[in-house]
Amino acid sequence: MTSVVILVLVLAIAGWIASAYNSLVSLRNQVANAWRQIDVQLKRRHDLIPNLVEAVKGYMQFERETLTQVVEARAKAVSAPDQGSRMAAETQLTTGLGKLLAVMENYPQLKADENVLKLQEELTTTENQISFARQAYNDVVLALNTRVETFPSNLIANNFGFHAAEYFKGGPEDQAVPKVNLSMSTPSEPGASGAPHA
Amino acid sequence: MSPAATDFRALETTNRRQTVVLVAVMMTILVALGFLLDCWAGSVAIVNGRLVGFPVLTVAALAFGTVQALTSFYAGASLVLMSVHAHPLSPDSIEHKTVLDVISEMAIASRLPVPAGYVIDDPSPNAFATGRDPHHSALCVTQGLIDQMDREELQGVIGHEMSHIADYDIRTMMMVAVMVGGIAMLSDFVFRMMFFTGGRGGRGGRGGSSDRGDNGGGALLAVAVIVLAAVAPIIAQLVAMAVSRQREYLADASSVEFTRNPRALLRALEKIAQVESPLKEGTAGTAHLFIVNPREGLKDDDEGFFDNLLSTHPPLNKRIERLRAMAGAAQAAAQIPQT
Repeated sequence: MTSVVILVLVLAIAGWIASAYNSLVSLRNQVANAWRQIDVQLKRRHDLIPNLVEAVKGYMQFERETLTQVVEARAKAVSAPDQGSRMAAETQLTTGLGKLLAVMENYPQLKADENVLKLQEELTTTENQISFARQAYNDVVLALNTRVETFPSNLIANNFGFHAAEYFKGGPEDQAVPKVNLSMSTPSEPGASGAPHA
Repeated sequence: MSPAATDFRALETTNRRQTVVLVAVMMTILVALGFLLDCWAGSVAIVNGRLVGFPVLTVAALAFGTVQALTSFYAGASLVLMSVHAHPLSPDSIEHKTVLDVISEMAIASRLPVPAGYVIDDPSPNAFATGRDPHHSALCVTQGLIDQMDREELQGVIGHEMSHIADYDIRTMMMVAVMVGGIAMLSDFVFRMMFFTGGRGGRGGRGGSSDRGDNGGGALLAVAVIVLAAVAPIIAQLVAMAVSRQREYLADASSVEFTRNPRALLRALEKIAQVESPLKEGTAGTAHLFIVNPREGLKDDDEGFFDNLLSTHPPLNKRIERLRAMAGAAQAAAQIPQT
């Protein structure tokens, strides 16, 4: 009788180990996937920018500087050699785009151009999607880290080489609202609305 | 029931737990009524402490309810969309494209596949989600919602609908409907059998080959069955409505989880609370799916204890109160610029 009990116990423990391991694997994969999703959105933004700049260039001759900033930041982001400089370039691009979208409010003739409106919407949603992709990434990282750190799954995690992942932290530039000359525009539109980086 | 919680995660946990409790209550009633009925009918009996026989009537009621539910489950989404005359959102119109974009944004935030987007041509602001699981789901808004909400508020409302999809609420409510239907059917069996057997109880039917000899017990059983059969459908309905309300509170909290912005849904609900005219397309079958029940009236929503018990949605002012508590707690966090 006792051998049966022991057998059942062993099977139960083995079963638990397997399921704990599998859920750690699943979470780790979700984290990797969430990171790639951010990339997808960032690349989307790279593709949209040339069209937007083309479309507004004609109307906004006096905003040379803003436009150039955006184009340059994009070029840097696309050609960045490593992750660190790429992230820095992407942050610069976010700031530049925010400024551009805000400044576009000063040009009412832009609103009459349907192409510009469409592109503006594309950019707004891309900024939001980047924001939410980062939030989603942080949410999965939270789930993974909790699983890795709490008892008893931390026993499995430590033995099989699962580590806590790093949260995506926005830099101070991310939180900054671009400076817009309020005397020229009515509602100041810093650009993308989206979640704060949670 | 719960204090003014300011943390959406705590709210979500409480709501999920309460749903489980409610569903368990309903299952108990169903099993109890079914068992008593089958005892009374003689299809099961307790012999020497063991259960013999097959609970035919309980199984029949459940089977019928399940078939009904499965049919609507699989055909469900398209039927619902047809019945409210919804048509797909078109990316050609900037307005509709914005809504489609917001739906994509919420899909990313909730880590779900993007549901199909639909619109109803009605000036009253409202929205609903339908579909059996996240891969086969649809989200529908009214033209009124598009016209009256800004982008942030749209995010709040669509976030709420996405959470219905994420939490499999449609499926939960269907299970609940199966049980309510099953209980109603069992109750029906009881009263029909009373009619046919003159209130004696159907001992002579299946397997009642020998009289157990306790007539006193038989009468007690009969009374128990009749009482339960009378009240069970009402209780089941009340429990089903309670489950529905819990899911609505949960969806509000989850919307905050996805947008991380309580003000988004808060402002949307405040705007909806101002609206006078009910949604024209809200039929009896679909009314409970909307973010605000279009048939239960919107203004002065807190009508009283019994009205609220029968309502599929919590009173609008209570929902707004909870969101305000969350917004107050989040005040210190980032200011969200408007787009």
